[in-house]
Amino acid sequence: MADLHGAHGGHGHGAHGHAAHGHGASGRTLEGASHGSVQSYVIGFILSVILTGVAFGLMMVPTGLSHDTTLLLIALLAVVQIFVHLVCFLHMNTHSEQRWNVVAFGFAVLTLAILIIGSLWIMHNISVNMMVHSGPMPEM
Amino acid sequence: MPDQVLTAHPEHGEHHGPGPNTVFGFWLYLMTDCILFATIFAAFAVSRHQYAGGPTGHDIFDLKYVGVETALLLISSVTYGFAMLSAFKGDRSLVMLWLGITFLFGLGFVGMEINEFSHLVAEGHGPDRSAFLSSFFTLVATHGTHVTLGLVWMMTLMLQLAIKKPPLEGVYMNRLMCLSLFWHFLDIVWICVFTFVYLMGV
Repeated sequence: MADLHGAHGGHGHGAHGHAAHGHGASGRTLEGASHGSVQSYVIGFILSVILTGVAFGLMMVPTGLSHDTTLLLIALLAVVQIFVHLVCFLHMNTHSEQRWNVVAFGFAVLTLAILIIGSLWIMHNISVNMMVHSGPMPEM
Repeated sequence: MPDQVLTAHPEHGEHHGPGPNTVFGFWLYLMTDCILFATIFAAFAVSRHQYAGGPTGHDIFDLKYVGVETALLLISSVTYGFAMLSAFKGDRSLVMLWLGITFLFGLGFVGMEINEFSHLVAEGHGPDRSAFLSSFFTLVATHGTHVTLGLVWMMTLMLQLAIKKPPLEGVYMNRLMCLSLFWHFLDIVWICVFTFVYLMGV
């Protein structure tokens, strides 16, 4: 990643016996090569604009799609855009130097999935089982 | 050599210096920040239809306004990327220029958000109105606070670069990289905010 990848690039240097603080001008050039490019940011920007534009368009322009379909599409667009950001802006990839970044990220995603799905599940069951309420129950 | 990320070998760690581990450690912090946001998103998801007779998302959200906010944050993410590219080339004044541009876009975002909040509160739709609004304010303001802190950090870095004129390596590269991660991360959180709060709320 402009950032993470470089960090581990630094490790690579260390592994080969170079001191990390020894990054001179040439070290920077080397790092620069693995640090994303104008191209990656421009591609990421264009894709993000398209994905965001479509998501807003789906809500702001009448499309004739059902409400549920629209919501599903918007959620999918968000997921795709998150991946675009991770790849184009954070330069995440599957290189071995990145493994621990990706492992940490994967664990965070797992934790937040448990948190969010679990909360919704529990609260849904509560509202189904405790029918004492006034007014409409939350749709969940 | 992924195992070295964890400094499994202290004797190697001495040669590495603080750099790579600092950035990896910051990445781990961001992952815990993810979980902070996840809890707040979960709270919002649970209470997003609890209007208590107050306004719904449809009544108070202006998608065009949110669209502009989104654009500001997205552009600032790209301009920060250009700051990093300049940093790898070692061009300090270009780094400061791009950081300055990023700062202005970020400031525009925070300004718009404060404006939105103050209008909502002035109309009586403050966080005390309903569970929906409490969780809305908590979520969006937590993100806004992060962006604000990012701006403070960015200003500090710009001042350090301007006053000390350090060569762009070592600890300064680390700081630039950590802030870069933070800034892109906040843009990713904002994707979730505008999708699940604003777009799905109207």
